[in-house]
Amino acid sequence: MARREIELRVNGRSLRGSAEPRTTLADFLRDELGLTGTHLGCEHGVCGACTILLDGRSVRSCLLFALQAQGSELRTVEGLADPDGPLHPIQEAFSEHHGLQCGFCTPGFLMSVCELLADDPDPGEQEIRAYLSGNLCRCTGYQNIVAAVQAAAGKLREAGAGGPGGSRVAPRGTGGPGG
Amino acid sequence: MAERWVGRRLRRKEDRRLLTGAGTYVADLRLPGLLHAAVVRSEVAHGLVTHLDVAAAREADGVVAVLTAADLEGRVGRFPEGARTEISPALVEKVPLEVPSCPMPVLATDRVHWVGQPLAVVVAADRYRAEDGLELVEVDYEPLPAVLDPETALDPAAPVLHPELGGNLAARFAFSTGDVDAALAAAPFRLRQRFAMGRQAANAMETRGVVASWDPGREELTVWGTNARPHLLRAYLAAMLALPAERVRFIAPDMGGSFGTGVYSEDVLVPFLAMHLRRPVRWLEDRRENLTTTRHARDQVHDLEAGYDADGRILALRDRFLVDSGAYNPYAITVSYNAAAHLRGQYRIDAYAFEGRNVLTNKAPVAPVRGAGRPEAVFAMDGMVDLIAAERGLDAVEVRRRNLIPPEAMPYPMGMPYRDGVDVVYDQADFPGQLASALELFGYDTQRARQAAWRAEGRRMGIGVSSYVEGSGYGPHEGAVVRVDPTGHVLVVTGAKPHGQGLETTLAQVCADQLGVHPDQVTVRAGDTALIAYGIGTFASRSAVTAGTAVGLAAQAVRDKILNLAAGLLEVDPADLELADGRVSARGAPGTGVTLAEVAAACAPGPRSRLPEGAEPGLEAQRYFVPPTVTFASGTHVVAVEVDEDTGFVRLLRYVTVDDCGQMLNPTVVEGQVHGGVAHGIGNGLLEEVVYDDGGQLLTGSYMDYLVPTTAEVPPIQVGHQTFLSDRNPFGIKGVGEGGAVSPPAAIASAVADALAPLQVDLSELPLHPERLFRRIQEAKARQRGSGGLKPGPPVERGST
Ligand code: FES
Ligand code: FES
Repeated sequence: MARREIELRVNGRSLRGSAEPRTTLADFLRDELGLTGTHLGCEHGVCGACTILLDGRSVRSCLLFALQAQGSELRTVEGLADPDGPLHPIQEAFSEHHGLQCGFCTPGFLMSVCELLADDPDPGEQEIRAYLSGNLCRCTGYQNIVAAVQAAAGKLREAGAGGPGGSRVAPRGTGGPGG
Repeated sequence: MAERWVGRRLRRKEDRRLLTGAGTYVADLRLPGLLHAAVVRSEVAHGLVTHLDVAAAREADGVVAVLTAADLEGRVGRFPEGARTEISPALVEKVPLEVPSCPMPVLATDRVHWVGQPLAVVVAADRYRAEDGLELVEVDYEPLPAVLDPETALDPAAPVLHPELGGNLAARFAFSTGDVDAALAAAPFRLRQRFAMGRQAANAMETRGVVASWDPGREELTVWGTNARPHLLRAYLAAMLALPAERVRFIAPDMGGSFGTGVYSEDVLVPFLAMHLRRPVRWLEDRRENLTTTRHARDQVHDLEAGYDADGRILALRDRFLVDSGAYNPYAITVSYNAAAHLRGQYRIDAYAFEGRNVLTNKAPVAPVRGAGRPEAVFAMDGMVDLIAAERGLDAVEVRRRNLIPPEAMPYPMGMPYRDGVDVVYDQADFPGQLASALELFGYDTQRARQAAWRAEGRRMGIGVSSYVEGSGYGPHEGAVVRVDPTGHVLVVTGAKPHGQGLETTLAQVCADQLGVHPDQVTVRAGDTALIAYGIGTFASRSAVTAGTAVGLAAQAVRDKILNLAAGLLEVDPADLELADGRVSARGAPGTGVTLAEVAAACAPGPRSRLPEGAEPGLEAQRYFVPPTVTFASGTHVVAVEVDEDTGFVRLLRYVTVDDCGQMLNPTVVEGQVHGGVAHGIGNGLLEEVVYDDGGQLLTGSYMDYLVPTTAEVPPIQVGHQTFLSDRNPFGIKGVGEGGAVSPPAAIASAVADALAPLQVDLSELPLHPERLFRRIQEAKARQRGSGGLKPGPPVERGST
């Protein structure tokens, strides 16, 4: 099958690669771009492990073809914190509240939470639970994840109150051109 | 004084890599020249393979090889039956056991036994092409009648899966303690009831995967896989591929859960392919394969008979039960004997008899999964207690209390051997105290008041209680190496392999206490057979108990060595020294003395060594902990539910647990284990069921059909603790990994029974997914209409007084 060129931005960097038309976006990220932080738990759109942000909205990268992301701006778990820098407040809150055990579902949760908190900086418990009901976790029983999200929301609100508006939840690299 | 780390809520060391996408799971490994395998699986539940043609697949674009059983002939052995051949001799002496041999083939030959059984494997340049190849493999079957129900399977007229066995019985054992016949005959009241729990899948979020690489020059095999029993897998590979064990290295990298054990065809097939093709090969399971064939569990039917008195005290108990093992029985009696050994849980029932049988059917083979036989047994036992209470018109919680073993009777002998052959004697515990504190935490009186108020409004709320004990920390051993490197950093190696439990943190805490260092100064490595000679692995809630103890013992030995050596260097008495902040200093004079790095340097071999004559160089120790038997952890769960009578939907309103896992290494980690276990148990109780149709076709091959609990179903879980130290290891640890999953099905069923008490709904079969519960409610209503009144529904048989 012929490969096609794909150009897109991932975590603030412009990247090129190639993929067959049938290659899923998840496989493209993992195999072509080496971004293995995005996990595959079901490959049929239910578990949410493969969740990433595409132009700011959460998508299941197992349900999209790589070619569908042509020209898009993607965010994956690798883009949340600098490799050597501090964790993103959401990541920090997950660790503080023991919101992860095996960590396999975690990247999907983190990306869903990014979207949730961008939409609503102060969600209630029920809202968080409803929002995250599309992400499966077998290890945690969820309540520490819910607590982590509440804590992360608090951290981000605090950080946002003093700083420049708009990018409270935005991962590294969304800020300006060049990334 | 050095800081004490054990018992503290330390944040996990593994978090950063897992949160940043920098973890390494099997699917993340990249090797140059990697080939990809996909497995051809049986599409029928039972049949003869009349035609298997792989020629077209072999020609397909990108396909490198297609192998069938014929290609393995003489080169790959059948699976060793470790669980059968290594049944404790001490157990065999006490309990008559019958476990016929029935080894599993890696690839099916002329006959298939379940939908999903591996038949052939396609290897290609990438996974897409390997899966294209699958489509081109032609298989014709002559279908044979399938048997899906274990009782039917025992009928002499039933189709037999493995003709060489002459029937479908895969194991049988029986035992009794006390005079059960006499006690039953003498009991004022008797009840019989059947309890069944459906089949369930372990369902780790990471599917299984294997990567293998063969070094033809050195004739060495390296295998990476999702398996928490690295040494066992290495032993299997060495035996099946006829290699020396030390030329097989098995590495389990980060694992996305497991919740059970198992060695599977791909675990052997992929390494064989790497050897055969002289290229690294990878196989990644997809979710459909996972739900079809990986770690199925539960699927038990218990027929209980109890004799009791007017106060609801149980005087005798008999259990005859079947475990539907599926097409093979690779775990022999592991799960079935667990069920028998844990049935009585916290209850004092001195006259007890059981007969367990494993039965073969045309389903995927079952494996031990979180709880491993206990959830089924506890559901049956607590269900019986509920029925007894209902029969006597007593409060079910009160009947539980009356039957609990009192604390003054501890340590209590249960009159039967555990699976390791050692007689079951419960550790120190206070079961009535545990129930009392669980009820208090739950706000029992408030919740009962709420229930009464809701009932008045026509809402069906119920409260359920369940308790369990868990033999945790199964042996036979686990080891650890503790080594201080030249920089003063500490390495811990163990044979147990975490798959999400935070062992890198908790074992570092254990080690840090002994050596007076911060846990950040300790690196824990696990899951690699090259690092330690023997290992057992992670299952049976054993890692904190066995690996934790081994690490503690090895670290103590290193500590002694440090103190002795430093005493020589500093010319003081070792008793006057203390270890803190990475230094050895005189008591009361922190900051003086020598650093661990300096002591390590003094231990190096060579002319600068400061070791006494004849002492082994190296600041390290290796210790294997051989537990005398299991520790008995326990827990009590209390749940409130609301049942929607019109839909059969059960909503969990409140969930409380109190556990006793002895010394907690890290309470946050313990609570995380409980939360996850409870969520798993909620799935078992309310949602999850592997369903086959009458022909043995699997109906639950995706997450659209197999329902895993989400944030919407799992309520907040409030966790309380009791701490009774185990006397079976020096640190007092009991296991906690599985306990959370044991009681939820029973507690939920009990709460539903309470909610629907006036209707007397038959709740003897789990899970209570809305469809099943709706049907049972309708049946109960029809019965009531039929009999014109409130007559008990479940088909119980009553004995005479
Ligand atoms: S892997 Fe995409 S939703 Fe499960
Ligand atoms: S942390 Fe293991 S699946 Fe969520």
